[in-house]
Amino acid sequence: MPTSDFRTLIEIIGPRDRGPDSVISDAGQRIALRDLGEKTNLSGPVTNLRGRSVLLATTDQLPTVLALAHLDGVVRRVTICPPDVSVPHLRDASADAEVDCIVTDGLRDIPDLGGAVAVVRCGMQLEHEVEPAAELVETEWLLFTSGTTGRPKLVQHSLMTLTGAVADGVGAGEAPPVWSTFYDVRRYGGLQVLLRALAGTGSMVLSDTAEGVSAFLRRVGEAGVTHISGTPSHWRRALMSGHAGSMSPRYVRLSGEAADQAILDALQAAFPEAEVAHAFASTEAGVAFDVRDGKAGFPASLLSSAGRVSLAVEGGTLRIRSPRTAARYVGAEAPALPGRDGFIDTGDVVEKRGDRYIFVGRRHDIINVGGLKVHPERVEAVINRHPAVSVSRVSARANPITGAIVVADVVLGPREDDAVRAKAELLALCQNELARHEVPASFRVVRSLPVAPSGKLLRQHA
Amino acid sequence: MSIRDEVIAQMQRVAKQQSKRLAPLTDETPLLETGLDSLCLAILVASLDDELGLDPLSSETNTHFPSTVGEFIAVYEAAAADADV
Repeated sequence: MPTSDFRTLIEIIGPRDRGPDSVISDAGQRIALRDLGEKTNLSGPVTNLRGRSVLLATTDQLPTVLALAHLDGVVRRVTICPPDVSVPHLRDASADAEVDCIVTDGLRDIPDLGGAVAVVRCGMQLEHEVEPAAELVETEWLLFTSGTTGRPKLVQHSLMTLTGAVADGVGAGEAPPVWSTFYDVRRYGGLQVLLRALAGTGSMVLSDTAEGVSAFLRRVGEAGVTHISGTPSHWRRALMSGHAGSMSPRYVRLSGEAADQAILDALQAAFPEAEVAHAFASTEAGVAFDVRDGKAGFPASLLSSAGRVSLAVEGGTLRIRSPRTAARYVGAEAPALPGRDGFIDTGDVVEKRGDRYIFVGRRHDIINVGGLKVHPERVEAVINRHPAVSVSRVSARANPITGAIVVADVVLGPREDDAVRAKAELLALCQNELARHEVPASFRVVRSLPVAPSGKLLRQHA
Repeated sequence: MSIRDEVIAQMQRVAKQQSKRLAPLTDETPLLETGLDSLCLAILVASLDDELGLDPLSSETNTHFPSTVGEFIAVYEAAAADADV
């Protein structure tokens, strides 16, 4: 429901107050944010877009960001397409979102939605004059969920629910922050960082799908990035690349997957000057909280603390109620989003240990070994503690006796050449730390593990 | 190594790995009295799949679950013979 006191993205960016050094860049372009005050990358009169439901589908991230600056407040609804959504899924989403206009860079395959749907071009450059908007609306922002299988769901946010969640920790008198993220900013995790950057006075460095991790890290270092975020999988990959030393951030943030103690410790060791924080957020629930004490999980006291965000643990899973929660899923067959009392079930299973809650896994990823439950992430967290291990993935292997058994794929660090010894040590470590049915029956040493476009470790769902 | 020897060797390996005491094995020893519990048997079946490329207990044609060591070995011997044909 529109509220009277919303702010539009261009008002949040405030181009007139920005200096020439406040820029947004990708591997090929650098755009001064103050230029957004006069210019747009949208071709054709903006009045044509008024009240439309827009599908925003570009190959690169930058044209999407530039277009958003002048679509927000004008269009009724904007559906932001991540790079890896297929044309059939874009078609489904267009139906769900009642799309009547596509904004595209002309470089991406888009669904043919018929002649009634307008197509507007947006480019890499700010080459068109902006017309002053007559009357502003509170635009609905539709994001794809990061699920990796099946028809993706759309969730409805507004600029209000998307902003304000990430504190930059920049003290008075410090240089303006330079933000970056391994995420694509067309996904929730990346959009959070983008909007935080645009709301501040500094700059933003976009990742690039076509660029390798080493080249990105070099670019991040050259741009003097101070604040950078990614999933634990993104960060493991960065540490494994050997190029993490290209940058010297003041703030390192993890979100999107449970951060185990091993990755938190590894990042603190790699960036001793930086604050290493992990956040709990999902596309549906929004950003719930940051944990800044360097430990995995979160303090149990968060459950009872009064604030705008409420947490609860019910049926073993974490539930969140927050003003940053998405309004609803969008579409004819869309399930209701918040449950009773406005809480959203995150599907993340937590366990209390001492005065903290620890993430033990996703409810849907549970492996059933003869009726006993195993959370892959809990086993991975133990494996990842071994100094020879860079990253691991635990999965189910079908078995005629117990239905399934637990197996592990392990990537060893570059200096580890004795796989036989490492496997024996991993078995001993797991037997020492885990219940019998949780211990992997086999450890397979692999060169790499696949990461989904969302930046999360790819898992096969049972 | 014969199928029989491979099965016995893997039983000994799994028992050691799982800190179980393996009973003296004869063909008549019931599987559930070998000292291997169902998790051990599950790991044994997976190991034999890795070592021999045989997983007869998962096959759709398998209807009879072996109850003694001798029957268990026989299922693998039959599967190996089928695979060789």
